[in-house]
Amino acid sequence: MLQKMYDWVDERLNITPMWRDLADHEVPEHVNPAHHFSAFVYCFGGLTFFITVIQILSGMFLTMYYVPDIINAYESVKYLQNEVAFGVIVRGMHHWGASLVIVMMFLHTLRVFFTGAYKKPRELNWVVGMLIFFVMLGLGFTGYLLPWDNTAYFATKVGLEIANSVPLIGPYVKMLLTGGDIVGAQTLSRFFAIHVFFLPGALLGLLGAHFVMIRSQGISGPL
Amino acid sequence: MAKLDKDATFVGDSRVTAKRIPNISPSYSDFPGKNEPFWPNFLLKEWMVAAVCLVGFLILTVSHPSPLTDKANPNDTSFVPLPDWYFLFLYQMLKYPWAAGDWVVLGTIIIPGIAFGGLMLAPWLDTSKDRRPSKRPVATGLMLTALVGVFYLTWAADHEHSANHSANKGGGAAGGGGSSAAAPAPADTSFTADALWKAQTSCMGCHGKNMEGGMGPNLQKIGAQLDATQIADVIKNGKGAMPAGMIKDDAEIAKLAEYMASLK
Repeated sequence: MLQKMYDWVDERLNITPMWRDLADHEVPEHVNPAHHFSAFVYCFGGLTFFITVIQILSGMFLTMYYVPDIINAYESVKYLQNEVAFGVIVRGMHHWGASLVIVMMFLHTLRVFFTGAYKKPRELNWVVGMLIFFVMLGLGFTGYLLPWDNTAYFATKVGLEIANSVPLIGPYVKMLLTGGDIVGAQTLSRFFAIHVFFLPGALLGLLGAHFVMIRSQGISGPL
Repeated sequence: MAKLDKDATFVGDSRVTAKRIPNISPSYSDFPGKNEPFWPNFLLKEWMVAAVCLVGFLILTVSHPSPLTDKANPNDTSFVPLPDWYFLFLYQMLKYPWAAGDWVVLGTIIIPGIAFGGLMLAPWLDTSKDRRPSKRPVATGLMLTALVGVFYLTWAADHEHSANHSANKGGGAAGGGGSSAAAPAPADTSFTADALWKAQTSCMGCHGKNMEGGMGPNLQKIGAQLDATQIADVIKNGKGAMPAGMIKDDAEIAKLAEYMASLK
């Protein structure tokens, strides 16, 4: 039955080459922890992606309850945390996952750096990886404000003051992010939009580029 | 698509040829070493690693519910701001005199710019063919130095914050008043405010039921610092985060200020 369905689609769309390309790309021995335990350092990239997927899923569930305005944001997070079934777990996963994703990405970056895997011909993938790093930091910064508690409010205020002190573009960046003179309703709306739409969009595009490049170049050889 | 077989047949009017490619895995015996296909051999192992990580992650989540402090209150001057831990090293750097004030550009742009710019351009700065860390001492050394710096700054920021925090707790609830002139005197729990004070619910909201302080400073010994006219002025015009005009009646202000000035 499944085979028939597959054949039916394959006859029309020729999906076998795509599927074989995905399934058959060879995993070299030197990155396989089953053969060399020290190769676990090659797992960090995959784990970053795994936690990113968790972040996306838990984030989608959080938006079912979260209300991005200054009157209700805090109350909605509190409700989510204390009343909603498993809300504390979903929010916990998103909260701790944000830290974990940074940790994993940091370790992945170090692995790539110390194995010299960014060298020719993989320069572009390194640059895309760095951009992913910055997008992730941006996600961390914008997501931190959303619960609208004192920690969030004052940390963001300090962060925006730092941005403001940058010469030339600083005040414009700050204005773009705050959307006014104070950290208030506009700021929360903007941070929400950036956190939920702009940066995840950029992230997905960059991740796609990252993976396409890995697939076409393969994993860098053993040292 | 120009060089298609002359006798290629297509599926209807589409560009997909009717000839099917067999959906079988090639032999991996030709590859060197113990290569294996991604699907399903390797992905299964990767899933096992992911599952172990997920269990650890869930244990962390369940044992440490994510924090939520009080609702954001812009008037709360006692709150010591702290960014998320992965920004601490940048935040800490700006506290040092060589990267603050006139030199803030160094802390906000130049140092992070050089560090992250250098990292971004690493493939063009480190162009040797060698990939072993020991064969490229400059790149390795710079990265290790940066790592030590980042770890130290993060530790220093956290250390300073927790030191501040405990100092705040020891110094009484009003300690965070910061620059406000009212002394952060330790709250005296046996102190009972006069009925004059107890009538002022708007004052009690910030300064406490018995003037022990809260969001606003402790006022139990305010008379030691300010006289009645100064106190009346603060009540009328506000100060720092304290709003002006909380009490409208001048006679009432005078009476309250008189009482508060007597507290020494």
